[in-house]
Amino acid sequence: MTAFLIIIVLALLAITAWQISKIYKLSRPSDDDGIIANDKDNQKQAKIMLVFMVFLYGLMIYSFWNLSKFYLPEAASEHGSSYDQLMFISIAIIMIVQVVTQALLHYFAYKYRGKKGKRALFYADNNTLEFVWTVIPVVVLAGLIIYGLVSWTQIMNPPDDEDTLVVEIYAYQFDWRARYSGQDNVLGKANVRFIEGVNQLGVDETDEYGKDDVIVNELHLPVDKPVIFKFRSQDVLHSAYFPFFRSQMNVVPGMITEFSFTPTTTSKEIKNSEYMLEKVKRINEIRSERSKDLVAEGRSELDEYEFDYYLLCNKICGVTHYNMQMKIVVEEEEEFNKWMEEQQTFGELLAKQ
Amino acid sequence: MSAIATTAHSDEHAEDHAHHHHEQPFIEKYIFSTDHKMIAKQYLITGLIMGFIGIAMSLLMRLQLAWPDKEFWIFEALLGKFGQDGVMDPGIYLALVTIHGTIMVFFVLTAGLSGTFSNLLIPLQIGARDMASGFLNMLSYWLFFISSVIMISSLFVEAGPASAGWTVYPPLSALPQAIGGSGLGMTLWLVSMTIFIASSLLGSLNYIVTVLNLRTKGMSMTRLPLTVWAFFVTAIIGVVSFPVLLSAGLLLLMDRSFGTSFFLSDIYIQGEVLAHQGGSPVLYEHLFWFLGHPEVYIVLLPALGITSEVIATNARKPIFGYRAMVASILAIAFLSTVVWGHHMFVSGMNPFLGSVFTFTTLLIAIPSAVKAFNYITTLWKGNLQFNPAMLFSIGLVSTFITGGLTGIILGDSTLDINVHDTYFVVAHFHLVMGISALYGLFAGVYHWFPKMFGRMMNKNLGYIHFWITAVGAYGVFFPMHFIGMAGLPRRYYTNTAFPYFDDLADTNVLISVFAFITAAAQIVFIYNFISSIFYGKRATQNPWNSNTLEWTAPVEHIHGNWYGKLPTVYRWSYDYSKLNSDESDYVIAGQDFVPQNVPLQEGEEELNH
Repeated sequence: MTAFLIIIVLALLAITAWQISKIYKLSRPSDDDGIIANDKDNQKQAKIMLVFMVFLYGLMIYSFWNLSKFYLPEAASEHGSSYDQLMFISIAIIMIVQVVTQALLHYFAYKYRGKKGKRALFYADNNTLEFVWTVIPVVVLAGLIIYGLVSWTQIMNPPDDEDTLVVEIYAYQFDWRARYSGQDNVLGKANVRFIEGVNQLGVDETDEYGKDDVIVNELHLPVDKPVIFKFRSQDVLHSAYFPFFRSQMNVVPGMITEFSFTPTTTSKEIKNSEYMLEKVKRINEIRSERSKDLVAEGRSELDEYEFDYYLLCNKICGVTHYNMQMKIVVEEEEEFNKWMEEQQTFGELLAKQ
Repeated sequence: MSAIATTAHSDEHAEDHAHHHHEQPFIEKYIFSTDHKMIAKQYLITGLIMGFIGIAMSLLMRLQLAWPDKEFWIFEALLGKFGQDGVMDPGIYLALVTIHGTIMVFFVLTAGLSGTFSNLLIPLQIGARDMASGFLNMLSYWLFFISSVIMISSLFVEAGPASAGWTVYPPLSALPQAIGGSGLGMTLWLVSMTIFIASSLLGSLNYIVTVLNLRTKGMSMTRLPLTVWAFFVTAIIGVVSFPVLLSAGLLLLMDRSFGTSFFLSDIYIQGEVLAHQGGSPVLYEHLFWFLGHPEVYIVLLPALGITSEVIATNARKPIFGYRAMVASILAIAFLSTVVWGHHMFVSGMNPFLGSVFTFTTLLIAIPSAVKAFNYITTLWKGNLQFNPAMLFSIGLVSTFITGGLTGIILGDSTLDINVHDTYFVVAHFHLVMGISALYGLFAGVYHWFPKMFGRMMNKNLGYIHFWITAVGAYGVFFPMHFIGMAGLPRRYYTNTAFPYFDDLADTNVLISVFAFITAAAQIVFIYNFISSIFYGKRATQNPWNSNTLEWTAPVEHIHGNWYGKLPTVYRWSYDYSKLNSDESDYVIAGQDFVPQNVPLQEGEEELNH
């Protein structure tokens, strides 16, 4: 891949150099030339237009062929599969429109290139045509809107379920914490004004509901169980982005925002999925390649990469915005319960003081 | 060729107005000029200089993103202490992001594009001697100039310029404790933008009044060229939405300096609870995007107007569906003010509001689609003259389609969830408003250069400029969609904190290489622009055989635009290749265009538009 890139770069540089050498020549026009396009220019530019069209389609094919492997893996949440489907349909529709309209645009530009004495068609209006291409987008867009809005409503208004796990995601410059609601499944009240000593999330120490809350810096979720996240920020805007679960919500100081989803793929499953095995292999090849360079420079080498779900900040929040992440582990319910039992509750944390 | 155009009123020279013979002193002519043609040039050159700075910033960012672990002396040379030992400071990266966005959106594409061509073309194309108020017009430019100077000076502030993104969302932008750039840098940003808004409002009011009141005899609204329609509607959007940004800025200023809590609540920072209580950053987002989204169309509509004119002229055909084009401009303008919420689907806003904004947003795709189809049909069966302006216009239609289509994904609240604030968004808006509007700017410069400077630009250099730019722009932004689909967030100083993104590194290199090549092509343009001002070939009065009124004015710039009486208009501006009643020849024999000031010929019917 790198070699291929270098070749492309060199080729482009060569073309640039060649073009620049022509610039000098071209920039001194003969008397009649160099100002307004004549037949020769029209001929030549029309041909370049065709070449450009080939480039454009080539670029699109290259991108879909070579870069679509970067698409996120299949959604690991329940609503995510309908998200993926809507995305697929939308991309298909827009690519059809793209391929057709760009072809028409560039082909017409080539076909109707100017020639002295040629007569252009005086064609100012056609109501039928305009009606047709107003109605087609209306119909297609109506379809997309309806599909999109149905999914949106389902995603944003999940059914009330006793069984839902309530988790607070707490953001501050530049890290995350998760607070589980504990046995009672109710989060204790909290406000930044309560922040003091070990009480870093500002949980109200007098609130009974808060005593059994569990605060951790690694998010564990039981598979196939709906989770409702309540987001709270300590300082500035952040955005909690769970790319693998097709979920995102801004974290806003002064208010609590919500998003809920049901994880459907455990960490173990996704690590062993074909997609992820290939991806991790590719990444580790790159990393070991880079490690060689680093070692040569006398620096330490990179760790071997192992995939884990993560949550990241996706709203500019300050200097270290680029590294505000939290590991997520999706596991079977028993494993989750076992892990949970090992954690310290907020009450225990306070008692220890 | 244009003999008819000039003879139509040559006998009226006797009534020549005297005032244009008076020699103006240097300062009055070149600096504090009230002449719209000079002000247009001032806008253009200031805009281009700002554009140079803005694009240079993007190159620094691309350098950092492509090779995050390398050192570059250029960082130290340009960024000083923020680039010590050739390593870019993460804070200054965010400052570059912020100022690049601000400069490109407001200073280049709003003032540089709309300011230049509204000033140049509105009076000339409607047949007016100048703007309704030349003095306000001058004031508008100088306010713009002052705001540019303040914005640039903020780059030299000790703690760095504003760094909260061009949207400057509070609390980040309100609290110097949160990021260094939110100190003096942010204050200067707000002051600069306040002055900019004043400049924009003065300009816009002037454009509106001029178009409504100073049209020459016969120039009904339905005979206006689409350029003027676009500038007119753009000005209206500006008047409606810019004041809202001003209010957002003022409230933010008060939160910052006077302890109010419009946007701040429950904040604990640097070991301290702030007194602010009860405000909401979401309120700021609403106010910001109430301007922010119409702003996209403030940038784009003038470019589309320019394209309509350039494509019709160079296709030697009337623009297809003039009425539909005007209706689209109006529909886009109206809808643009009711779609701002699509920037806020995941802001914490009520999801029901999200549904409404999805609906209005996807509606706006309809007039946009109509425009794209109409451009393509205008090319059909034309006699296309590939002047550089024409190439840029075709390029604009292409990037407008490519960039616009991905808007269907981002405008859908459901799909936005996972691509929001990723590189997918960056690719989308750069194509649809950045590159498209820049192409419009270039098309305008190449096309009206003879009108501005009385000389012609070199077309061969124009061709080189266009093709390298066209290849480079797609090379930068098409692959960028795919790294966005990988879930790569924008505004990250480096992606190396996430090994998951390691395999995107090659694509980032590819994108950066294309960016450098594209930027290099702009040097060709700058060379062509400057050398043509001084050494370009002298322009003839109507070099592109165009119909609009500006080409009936003399090449040399005179105060008042026309010698003698103002031209009278008898037809719309798109009578290209119109045939006479028995279809044996064009309306004017041997000439495939009929300027607007030529009366209807015998047996000719005016199209009822």
